[in-house]
Amino acid sequence: MAEPAAVPGTGVIAEDKIAVATQWQLMWWRFRKHKLAAAGTIVLILFYVVALFADFFAYVDPLESEAQRSLMAPQPIHWFDEGSFKPYVYALKGTRDPLTFKRVYVADESKKIPIRFFGRGDSYRILGLIPCDRHLIAVEGAKAGESLFLLGTDMQGRDLWSRLMYGTQTSMMIGLVSVFLSLVLGVVLGGISGYFGGWIDTVIQRIIEILRSIPTIPLWMGLAAALPGDWDIVKIYFAITIIISLIGWTELARVVRGRFISLRQEDFIMAAELLGCSKTRIIFRHMVPSFISHIIAATTLAIPAMIISETSLSFLGLGLRPPAISWGVLLQDAQNIQALVISPWLLIPSLAVIIAVLAFNFMGDGIRDAADPYG
Amino acid sequence: MPNDTKPLLSVRNLKTCFFQDEGTTEAVNGASFDVWPGKTLGIVGESGCGKSVTAQSILRIVDDPGRIVEGEILLTRADGTQTDLVQLKRNSREMRAIRGGDIGLIFQEPMTSFSPVHTVGDQIIEAVRLHNAVGKREARLRGIEALRSVGIPKPERRIDEYSFELSGGLRQRAMIAVALSCDPRLLIADEPTTALDVTTQAQILDLLRKLQQERGMAIMLITHNLGVVAEMADDVVVMYLGRVVEEGKVDDIFHDPKHPYTKALLQSIPSIESPPRVKLPTISGSIPHPYNRPKGCPFHPRCVSSTAGRCDAGEPLLQDIGGGRKVSCFHYQR
Amino acid sequence: MLSYIVRRFLLAILTVWAISVLSFMIIHLPPGDYVTSYIASMSASGSAVSEGEAMALREQLGLNQSITIQYLKWMALILQGNFGMAMEWGRPVADVIGDRLTLTIVISLAAIVFTWALALPIGIYSAVYRYSFWDYVFTFVGFIGLAIPGFMLALIIMYVGFAYFGANVGGLFSPDFAEAPWGLAKAWDLTKHLPIPAIVLGVSGTAQMIRIMRSNLLDELRKPYVMTARARGLSEYRVIMKYPVRVALNPFVSTIGYLLPYVVSGSIIVSLVLSLPTVGPLLLKALIAQDMFLAGTIVLLLGVMTVIGTFISDLLLMWVDPRIRLGRQ
Repeated sequence: MAEPAAVPGTGVIAEDKIAVATQWQLMWWRFRKHKLAAAGTIVLILFYVVALFADFFAYVDPLESEAQRSLMAPQPIHWFDEGSFKPYVYALKGTRDPLTFKRVYVADESKKIPIRFFGRGDSYRILGLIPCDRHLIAVEGAKAGESLFLLGTDMQGRDLWSRLMYGTQTSMMIGLVSVFLSLVLGVVLGGISGYFGGWIDTVIQRIIEILRSIPTIPLWMGLAAALPGDWDIVKIYFAITIIISLIGWTELARVVRGRFISLRQEDFIMAAELLGCSKTRIIFRHMVPSFISHIIAATTLAIPAMIISETSLSFLGLGLRPPAISWGVLLQDAQNIQALVISPWLLIPSLAVIIAVLAFNFMGDGIRDAADPYG
Repeated sequence: MPNDTKPLLSVRNLKTCFFQDEGTTEAVNGASFDVWPGKTLGIVGESGCGKSVTAQSILRIVDDPGRIVEGEILLTRADGTQTDLVQLKRNSREMRAIRGGDIGLIFQEPMTSFSPVHTVGDQIIEAVRLHNAVGKREARLRGIEALRSVGIPKPERRIDEYSFELSGGLRQRAMIAVALSCDPRLLIADEPTTALDVTTQAQILDLLRKLQQERGMAIMLITHNLGVVAEMADDVVVMYLGRVVEEGKVDDIFHDPKHPYTKALLQSIPSIESPPRVKLPTISGSIPHPYNRPKGCPFHPRCVSSTAGRCDAGEPLLQDIGGGRKVSCFHYQR
Repeated sequence: MLSYIVRRFLLAILTVWAISVLSFMIIHLPPGDYVTSYIASMSASGSAVSEGEAMALREQLGLNQSITIQYLKWMALILQGNFGMAMEWGRPVADVIGDRLTLTIVISLAAIVFTWALALPIGIYSAVYRYSFWDYVFTFVGFIGLAIPGFMLALIIMYVGFAYFGANVGGLFSPDFAEAPWGLAKAWDLTKHLPIPAIVLGVSGTAQMIRIMRSNLLDELRKPYVMTARARGLSEYRVIMKYPVRVALNPFVSTIGYLLPYVVSGSIIVSLVLSLPTVGPLLLKALIAQDMFLAGTIVLLLGVMTVIGTFISDLLLMWVDPRIRLGRQ
């Protein structure tokens, strides 16, 4: 019999190892080789850590505003104090601008406020359960709310760093929930369409085609604008999530349907039918493992669209509205070009969007390549 | 005739490898054989033994990441000179003139071998004009003639049709027409009948034979079907895992096979005359994974007459054992 | 071929109907009766609405009848060209929309032309020279293009233009031409201002098109007919351009059916940021002011325009792909 042998020195994998690797192991090996996908995954993990523990990463109440602190530039952190590693920021002193007579805050170089990492600050509850008062960044000997503005402040004088943390939480979570709803809708409708074929398929297909040929943004703008203005934040949050998920389900349904159709014709499915397997068994035991990796890839690739949708709608003022905080809401301040020119740091949340979207795309591409190397 | 003493095509120690991340595959691992003018050489072997890659190597159309690593491919030109095709640059004018001009190629799958969005005529006319300096009208006439010569009825109409409008048999004929439109001296047919039903198979083989007689063309017939080889070939080359294991005249190979692989292949052909209720002899084991070539003779793990110590130690060379026979087996080594 | 045209046409009609229903829903979603808000806004701007007028309006819109009748009456009015009154503006919707719809079409088409002109050669290059340096560069840039939503790019460009060049890069016309009647000079002015909106709108679409072209071409390059073409002695350039590119072009052309709604959608938000006199800013204002007739009509017209464009692209595809022309299964 042919003895499986690894040819030494040529980097050849022994036949044994290839033969017994499970589908998931093979996928993992291929995924790992994809440097960009790995980088994207790490970035996303970071983002979700921030999202889950936003209270920890923020250092101040994101809603606390003071008009006189509006549009302050980001504060530079000075890392070395007389040679040793002791990060600090300069305290802020309120003075009157000689030209406009407005009260402005400038750095007071005589007072140094040391920064402590993992220091104490306002108390909060981790995940809403465990009380804690440690923050990633805290100040000693002063109130964070009056002295620390790492990314500057917005039009209303609210600290942008903390708002960015909370915005990340909202935007990333909406992305996940929306895509989950889209997934359910897409899998159910796409699955029915692909598996049963016939007139059900035709009808669902037509619906999907019609939805795809309608420009979505005006439609969803209309729906979002029609939400009663007096709904509370949570209700609006959910409504927006549902609206956004309605945007993306057609793509997922298409993928699922395509998979079902190609699988239906496979010989191994026919073999299972001939063996007498019930329809449920065929679907869950034979078909699903075949395409689940593709679904994961498609879902991951759908999330960026959700995030961009929410950001766009909120940016227009039709999605989440203040006091809710999301990347789109944060970017509303950037609409005014004159203000933007004076305070370009208002654009920083767009960096968060771009990085998150890129990371999702890289990761999704990696998963898709790993799932189907010939695709 | 001055060229009868020299083979039309001479392949010597051809080695073609595919370099991939997971490893290197030696698809053709030292193949040597000759094709004589006006004769048919049959190349036999199981799937994966390197037959198609050999054909592609001859025409220098091996896909990336494949490359010819070693060896010579000597083509005797119309004026008697010999050119080593390995030395030519892949896309040089000279090589491109040989492709289609001196050597034609037909593939296994006629459906996918034609462009789905160009007419059959478009592709024939293109081939004609590539190798002959003629105008469009003349090329079209030649194309119609080519279609007629392969037995396609109403060629003036067919020439403007798309490949998907033709039936399987007609498509294969059209492909032969395209390959022959420039009168090549050698036709390489890579599994020309595998995708056809048996009756169409017979028709195509008849056609090939007729064309060969009319034009004095040599044919290199690649197939895994021993029946086709028996019918068409004058000489036979048996390949296994990228190497030639046996070579000889068709009658000799079929009636007196020398290499254990050839013997096993012939034994496994079902025959009407074999006694009933007797198990069909098969070759034990399966073709090794290309990354896991066995040490020593590539066939020895599946060979019934392998001897430990010799067959697993080194690779046997293709040796001339007289009478135009060549075998690559330790049992025949001197 | 005929069955293909008929099928696509029927689908287009169905889609237009679906859009009309959705637009109608949008118009009627907010609570309150249109006529009462109409009267209120009219009186706020100083003109009164008599009892008789109000009743006639109610009658015309069928507000005292079932929702289906209302829909049918609205459709009847639309087909006569009467799109209703824009409350905030106090003028007929048709007047208010005016030029803007045409301009939306113009920049959408410009964006698509830009997208194709860029994506086609880059896609081909990336597929043929896979894993080369430029392939990686294009892939990376393409990813960036995919990741930055149109409006964000617009914001950044506006910011850069303003901060570093002191110029306002928004708008579709120079100040002198903004209100001028149409003529050759105005058209030329428009063309000069088109590049930036077209690029901003087209960038993310380009990234997607490049990926589609690249992956389709990669699929085709592996097929036997490419090898056959090479075996005939064609030069490498012709082997690629004449055969697999031509085949990969088909799905590429068919993507316009999905590119057009995407671009039109994107133009809404981008026009807002760049202050373009298209339908986008108008729609937003209408929605915020709950001027539902205006908003709903805009949605309807946008949808119909898109469907027409998609239908034209279907015809284009038929012309380009002989398999569809000859009705092959």
